[in-house]
Amino acid sequence: MQKKITGSKIYLVIVFILLYLPIFYLIYYSFNAGGTMNEFTGFTFEHYQAVLADKRLFQIVVQTLLLALSSSLVATLIGTFGAILIYRVKSQERKNSLLTLNNILLVSPDVIIGSSFLLVFTFAGYQLGFISVLLSHIAFSIPIVVLMVLPSLEELNETMLKAAQDLGANSWQVLGRVILPNISPGILAGFFMAFTYSLDDFAVTFFVTGNGFTTLSVEIYSRARQGISLEINALSSLLFLAALLLVIGYYGISQYNRRMHEGKRLGADL
Amino acid sequence: MERNRFNKFFDQSDSILTIPYFLWLAFFVLAPLALLAYQSVQGIDGRWTLENIIRYFSSTSYLKMTLQSFVYATMITLITLTLAYPAAYLLTQTQHKELWRMLLILPTWINILLKAYAFIGILSQSGAVNNFLEWLGIGPKQILFTNFSFLLVATYIELPFMILPIMNAIDEIDSSFVQASHDLGANSWETTKEIIFPLSLKGVRTGVQAVFIPSLSLFMLTRLIGGNRVITLGTAIEQHFLVTQNWGMGSTIGLVLVLLMFLVMRLTNKGKGKSKGGF
Repeated sequence: MQKKITGSKIYLVIVFILLYLPIFYLIYYSFNAGGTMNEFTGFTFEHYQAVLADKRLFQIVVQTLLLALSSSLVATLIGTFGAILIYRVKSQERKNSLLTLNNILLVSPDVIIGSSFLLVFTFAGYQLGFISVLLSHIAFSIPIVVLMVLPSLEELNETMLKAAQDLGANSWQVLGRVILPNISPGILAGFFMAFTYSLDDFAVTFFVTGNGFTTLSVEIYSRARQGISLEINALSSLLFLAALLLVIGYYGISQYNRRMHEGKRLGADL
Repeated sequence: MERNRFNKFFDQSDSILTIPYFLWLAFFVLAPLALLAYQSVQGIDGRWTLENIIRYFSSTSYLKMTLQSFVYATMITLITLTLAYPAAYLLTQTQHKELWRMLLILPTWINILLKAYAFIGILSQSGAVNNFLEWLGIGPKQILFTNFSFLLVATYIELPFMILPIMNAIDEIDSSFVQASHDLGANSWETTKEIIFPLSLKGVRTGVQAVFIPSLSLFMLTRLIGGNRVITLGTAIEQHFLVTQNWGMGSTIGLVLVLLMFLVMRLTNKGKGKSKGGF
């Protein structure tokens, strides 16, 4: 290819600097002894110590992780079978309308999801709290699982299913021994996306949580409204590290999927 | 024939496992939208009424707020698109594409509230930007809690969501098209204009969807950064549901937002018929 002009490189570098500047600004001042985000007066770890000593915050982190884990597990289960359902629908028209229904929650703004779920829980006479938040997280994670699993299903080799059937497998055996193992990369990717959706959510939780249950996002919101506290900065450095690890994990999964994909394509060519 | 029997055999036995998915469709996709519509025609006393809808369409403040929210979302979308397109194009030309993509994804996994919080520090009276302005001799200015700060932070937050789909779309373009264009005598600019840009429109549409719709509803940003000056549709819904407890009006505004969402989807999905399923 032709040589790149330095101007374009400079543009990219500026874009990435701007993307990371606010994050590093937070991390930089998390070590500030001065207590503000304006003037760096001295180096300290005290804000990290405060975060680690904050029992309430620790409990909220645990709650948030448990919520993300349980909601994404259930969403993966339901979404995987939803994807199998959509995959099996023969008529293209019905398939598309099912997909449209599936995708409504993906394109809806958080506020709509939050307020309309609040209506559902109120009309059902349901007490707001952990369960309502859990159900909401499961609900908004299902469509992304479906979308992640569906491509692996479309790639399934139908002759393989037919062979399993001809060899006497019943539909449960075909499902458990042929379909599920073959679409596991998609299921894993779906689980991963559901997990991050849950961790990242603020608005929906904000609407459907009662007084008793808080997640990290809601807690950060209420603290940030009260002004600057460098404990939040220390917390965000820790979360940045966690996100870094998650992204590396995601990268690993996508590379693995690509290899599987390429392997299959190679097989088809042979 | 063979295929038919094969499918029938499937459908009978393990379809019990898809029941939760149908329950989800009923209770968390259809019921919420139906209840939103139902609530908007309920008065505070619980009687059927068109009061909310009439009040919305006859009140200049509600209509002005909707227009303002729409204008801001349009501005955020246009600014991110302008910044994102060249960046996305340049990223597809780099050598370590996957690494760059990861670097682009990473900031999107930092909680939006933390990013907003960072800007409270950066833009505040004695923050980094004002220190810089003072150094330039312009002196400190009120930046936080203005319309400008809302626009700036919203653009910052939405930028990766515009770059990523465009980058993917350009990446998917068959390089033989570009090669053919060059062989037929087109220069780089003509190739970009006639080949790459039209073929990347799919990514632009996805990016516009991913940026415009959330921009209508960023209520936490208007609270933390916009200082309640900028009222988006999302802020109004949150206000009516959680502060003034007027759910009927909140649902009416919610329906307006849903209609805008479908409108945007319709407009951006045009000519996308050939692509596989999905949005």
